[in-house]
Amino acid sequence: MPAVQETVERVKRIDVDQYRYGFETLIDTEKAPKGLSEEIVKFISQKKNEPDWMLQWRLEAYRRWLTMTEPTWARVEYPKIDFQDIYYYAAPKPKKTVTSLDEIDPEILKTYEKLGIPLREVAMLEGVEPKPGEEDPARRKIAVDAVFDSVSVATTFKAELKKAGVIFMPISEAIREHPELVQKYLGSVVPTSDNFYATLNSAVFSDGSFVYVPPGVRCPMELSTYFRINERNTGQFERTLIIADKGSYVSYLEGCTAPQRDENQLHAAVVELVALDDAEIKYSTVQNWYPGNSEGKGGIYNFVTKRGDCRGANSKISWTQVETGSAITWKYPSCILRGDNSSGEFYSIAISNGFQQVDSGTKMIHLGKNTSSRIISKGIAAGKSQNTYRGLVTAHRKATGARNFTACDSLLIGDKCGAHTVPYIEAKNSSATFEHEATTSKISEDVLFYCIQRGLSQEEAVGLVVNGFVKDVLQQLPMEFAVEAQKLISISLEGSVG
Amino acid sequence: MNVAVAKTGSGRAVSDLFASAEGRLPGSPAVIAARREAFETYERLGLPHRRIEEWKYTDLRALVGEVLPLAASPDAAALKRAAETVKAHAIEGARKLVLVDGVFAADLSDVKALASEASLKTLRETLEKEAGLLKTASTDAVISLNAAMATDGVVLSIADGAQFSAPVQIIHVATAASASAFTRSQVRIGKGVRATIVESFVAAGAKAYQVNDAVVLSVGDNADVAHIRLLDDSPDAVNVTSQFVTVGANTKLNFFNMTTGAAVSRLQGFITLAGEGSDLSINGVNLLKKTEHGDTTLVVDHAVPSCVSREIFRAVIDDRAHSVFQGRIIVRPDAQKTDGKMMTRALLLSDEAEADNKPELEIFADDVSCGHGATAGALDDSLLFYLKARGLPEKQAQALLIQAFVGEAIEQIADDGLREHVIGIAERWLEQRQ
Repeated sequence: MPAVQETVERVKRIDVDQYRYGFETLIDTEKAPKGLSEEIVKFISQKKNEPDWMLQWRLEAYRRWLTMTEPTWARVEYPKIDFQDIYYYAAPKPKKTVTSLDEIDPEILKTYEKLGIPLREVAMLEGVEPKPGEEDPARRKIAVDAVFDSVSVATTFKAELKKAGVIFMPISEAIREHPELVQKYLGSVVPTSDNFYATLNSAVFSDGSFVYVPPGVRCPMELSTYFRINERNTGQFERTLIIADKGSYVSYLEGCTAPQRDENQLHAAVVELVALDDAEIKYSTVQNWYPGNSEGKGGIYNFVTKRGDCRGANSKISWTQVETGSAITWKYPSCILRGDNSSGEFYSIAISNGFQQVDSGTKMIHLGKNTSSRIISKGIAAGKSQNTYRGLVTAHRKATGARNFTACDSLLIGDKCGAHTVPYIEAKNSSATFEHEATTSKISEDVLFYCIQRGLSQEEAVGLVVNGFVKDVLQQLPMEFAVEAQKLISISLEGSVG
Repeated sequence: MNVAVAKTGSGRAVSDLFASAEGRLPGSPAVIAARREAFETYERLGLPHRRIEEWKYTDLRALVGEVLPLAASPDAAALKRAAETVKAHAIEGARKLVLVDGVFAADLSDVKALASEASLKTLRETLEKEAGLLKTASTDAVISLNAAMATDGVVLSIADGAQFSAPVQIIHVATAASASAFTRSQVRIGKGVRATIVESFVAAGAKAYQVNDAVVLSVGDNADVAHIRLLDDSPDAVNVTSQFVTVGANTKLNFFNMTTGAAVSRLQGFITLAGEGSDLSINGVNLLKKTEHGDTTLVVDHAVPSCVSREIFRAVIDDRAHSVFQGRIIVRPDAQKTDGKMMTRALLLSDEAEADNKPELEIFADDVSCGHGATAGALDDSLLFYLKARGLPEKQAQALLIQAFVGEAIEQIADDGLREHVIGIAERWLEQRQ
């Protein structure tokens, strides 16, 4: 059958052609010695010119980390990680002190260009404002913070954001320039002792983004961070802290890629969101780390702690994620619904192919009165992958009127993959109303037949069905990301139809 | 014995439990050795607690604290009390098999009537020859403890093709207060059999006792079996039951569990669909009040293709009671064309009631249709208002809605008589509430 032949061909090409971001940028880097010790923590802190309180905070986390053991409850399997065999700090070597954006290594700029961050934005990176007449009104501006290995290389639109009062800068700068804000909020959502990887991150995080939106301000543009792991054997540990003060709004996007390598690399990030009274944070992720080749060799271990705290009344935090990359994903963006009438949302598409393992989901912790949460999770497992949704919905005794709706659906493509659902639903008071539903199935033969009969190829038919399957979540993404995500989904599933 | 001695809450070494009972435990030397090994496993693990994932919501260390010593063999007075209780709880026309404080009571059982239809032995007799019955497919601390301590049980074997008109009812009666009964039964159902098995747990005046029961049930091909379990232990008792069920091909198995008693109860079922084309229906109702804790944990393992499983659970939780439902559907790589559905709903009648649901899907085959649903919430105010507006008092209106709520699960019982019996239990529970 030609369709089968075509599929076989595609599968053959899968590991090389599929991942378009697998190139490596050759630049000089400065690295800390391999391994982890108090000296390395001090080295990182020193590199960042950090005040003493920050160093102490890191050291405390490091000492705590030494007493902790790796979590093993997730449905993922991987060889034991040697934490002494990783570089904890790698930065592009500055040619001299970077005072202006022009002095950024052109190789890095080229890298971002290749990654599809539009040239126009690269122009922005270089600080060249477009002429007024050239402005494309249909295109919204996006401020970008580009993180390359361990450091932030550039942040765009800083000046314009400053006018609105929004602080958007690498967290290493924020520690120096806005210590009062950082000290107040850092670790207040994900404490240093939270879990093994979060504690490790607290000790060695090198950079990340910091956002503060002052009261009543609606952030004038989308904020975005683009993470890139480039260096061999390095771990990336970024830390993101977003604070939306009373009545403010911010939408934040995050994207990530890495070169194609045979060894596994560790990525352990922490993201903390704080929404005060009436504030809203929308956090979108398109995660496309290198997933490993067709034999399951290489790829990123993505062990991420993401948590949002709806601290104020009427606040709202919305997580949207498209997870297509990484050899292993271990990630549970959560909402603590502390403020009365606060609400949390979680929209997720998790796609696994090849030998990928995904264990992802969310936690909705209802503490305040009349809080509501909504979980829409779409898992697609293909190839020989394992895809698990793991989620917790809990209503505290005093969280009267808590409401939750959960729908997690899984789609199986091929008979070698697995899809699993592990929800925990805990109702501790009678006024809580929880609804949960989950389904698992494959694409119905009837639907495929119908599409093929009308002239679509097998691949196109599957693409159509999958797009319909994930539509609920794609609609939640900002427009710029939705297009990219849709493409990514079709690429991720390429060769999976048989 | 190179094992750290675990201490119970009262500081007494748990090995006393085994040492003091050892002389009374039946079995050949090989069986005693197997028991000792099982007890060492239990001693090493201790009572399950919340750090053990499967027991996350039922922390026996906190809820139970310690395992009570083995109950004494029932004396004449105890048997007399048991006889009265059996009379009150017997299903009409059923062939009764009675276990009093963990010991088979032949005088209270319909041994003769059954002899013509099935082969019956006691666990005590069986263990004199072989230790196989103490082994189970999966194990944990309470199952190991059961293997170590089981005093008796029924070993029932129903030959191929047997057609039972009356149900077989296994009745567990507790007469001894502050003591433990450990029972283990095996029911083997042959090919093409049509039968109904009922299990009842009741108290004859006993208080604060503990039951640890295990049932190994195998159902042959082309059979049609109903299995009903009614837990009506005394309100301060503890009941932990483990069931291991294997289902053959093209068989219908309809299981129903009703919990209306016990301070702490846990039913853990491990059901394997081992033959193609079978139809499994598992349903249950937990009616809990005061500080009762009721846990239903089920693992349905679709090991072969083309089976259907349906699970419907309802929990009604009043006062400070706590209901737990953990259901896992596993679909093995070869089990294509599996159709598995699970629905669990909890009704919280009080602000301090708690419902924890953990419905899991673990799927390794693609051509399947699986799903689960879970809800938790209070009675619908608008429905209550509707009924009250028509003149029904609050409690009665509630009772009506609760009956409808649990009715969806009870309806799954195919036998009219048994269904009515279960509805009667639910009605009495609701009456007591008023």
